[in-house]
Amino acid sequence: MFDVNKIREDFPMIRNNPGLVYFDNGATSWKPQAVIDAVNGFWTGYNSNVERGDYPIAAKADSAYLNTRKIISRFIGCRPEEVVFTANVSASINQIVYGVGKWLKEGDTVLVTEAEHASNLLPWFRLRKEKGINIEYIPVDRQGRAHIEDVRKALHEGVRAVSMAYVTNVLGSVQPIKEIAEAAHEYGALMIVDGAQSVPHRKTDVRDLDVDFMGFSSHKMCGPDGVGVLYGKYDLLQKMEPVFMGGGMNARFYSGFDYILKDAPERFEAGTPNIEGVIGLGAAAEYLMSVGMDDIEAYEKELRAYFAGRIAQLDNIEFYNPDNETGPVTFNAKDVFAQDAAGFLASRNIAVRSGNHCAKILHEVIGTDQTLRASLYFYNTKDEVDRFIEAAKEISVENAIGIFF
Amino acid sequence: MGMNEMLKDPMVLRELVMDHYKYPHHHGLVRDGRYLSRHMASDSCIDDITVEADIQNNMIRDIRFDGVACTISTASTSMMTDLLIGKTVDEAKQIIDQYFNMIDAKDYDPEVLEEAVAMQNVYKQANRIKCATIGWKAIKEMITESEAVNE
Repeated sequence: MFDVNKIREDFPMIRNNPGLVYFDNGATSWKPQAVIDAVNGFWTGYNSNVERGDYPIAAKADSAYLNTRKIISRFIGCRPEEVVFTANVSASINQIVYGVGKWLKEGDTVLVTEAEHASNLLPWFRLRKEKGINIEYIPVDRQGRAHIEDVRKALHEGVRAVSMAYVTNVLGSVQPIKEIAEAAHEYGALMIVDGAQSVPHRKTDVRDLDVDFMGFSSHKMCGPDGVGVLYGKYDLLQKMEPVFMGGGMNARFYSGFDYILKDAPERFEAGTPNIEGVIGLGAAAEYLMSVGMDDIEAYEKELRAYFAGRIAQLDNIEFYNPDNETGPVTFNAKDVFAQDAAGFLASRNIAVRSGNHCAKILHEVIGTDQTLRASLYFYNTKDEVDRFIEAAKEISVENAIGIFF
Repeated sequence: MGMNEMLKDPMVLRELVMDHYKYPHHHGLVRDGRYLSRHMASDSCIDDITVEADIQNNMIRDIRFDGVACTISTASTSMMTDLLIGKTVDEAKQIIDQYFNMIDAKDYDPEVLEEAVAMQNVYKQANRIKCATIGWKAIKEMITESEAVNE
């Protein structure tokens, strides 16, 4: 049974910051005690490097590290050897674009949307410069949603990959990835998914979605910073060239310059990995599964609907994504620059994010450059929404300047 | 109440910031070849302003600015234009140094900053220091550029 008050007790940040309303979960999430204990447990109990542990604590580190692959495989519905650990979702997507890029030739097309985060655009932009691929945009509506009919229209024989977020980071639009993947595969195109804003908030089943590659970050799903996951179908991973060469990813190399690489996933993990981070990520995924991803999704939907209903009534607020069921509440206070409004909310102990949220071309769709984003997680409450609403009513230029005096 | 006394009243300072934000001075670019120009967009992804300066014979003859920016960026840049237009480069450098001292929470001379003392509390919000200095950095860079040209 989902009990938010009980869940809140698991988070030391909540206990240590009484009165702070944290609505910046799209940027990063807070960590439950179980994750902190897992990381501490490694540092204080069996700190050692991984691979070929010939003594007990090293063997324990090895097994904890490998156990996270198993946990993540259960968490997203794949095989453990399809889970590659990276630094974050940006690193995952850069590896995907590097690897897929080797398979593309000049004139091949990649489809993206204008609602993408920089991490799912700039690697492609660079590939376009270097290799002369085409990048085409699937249109999105004013709430950032790509419709399957438009995807079908955008697809053509030259399309080799479709790369998009499952849930967009500014507007929280949920894209019909399963249908898009099916349509992409009809054209023989790869389906690549940025899961940064979806994996923490809803059950993910990469087999059911039938996506070819997906990236996500640990820190947005209650895990440590500096760890991400790259999921890939195993046969694709086995064919893909790694970005980084070095220790831990090679099987043999010779003075004559020949080398043999390990199989996936180790092939993509050159150098000592973020061991404590990976162990913490495993604890985070187990924690989320113990709370229940379906319950998390249902609770967040209810909370967002409550939030949306209340903010829509404020005369001084322009609310950009009322129809999206999940994800952040994206808004501006009328005639107040986003950062000024965020500063005022901060003075009321409310944390939101202002800016373009790394989606710098989205303004061409929604008609505004800077927004405020209140992004929720399953430990937020209606009471916090109420406090936010009371403060939001008072956002004005006068009050935003007033915080400096 | 004299001018100096008024500039100690938080209500007055707040009104000044408001006024410079709503009705910024020397706003709108001239795009004239005589002017140096700086597009300030790389420091933060949120404020995006351009500042132009006409600096001739060691004299700041004019400054203009435009762009999308918050209250603090707009007001601090507007105040900067008021303070520095008509000053010699040496006088301007003195004022700029005092302004950055204030923003860095060091000792400064409020007399030379006039209305810009309204930015005295910005240092308390570390994330807004960039806002309060964006226009001032632009003019500082252009003064350096003008000196390099003169040498």
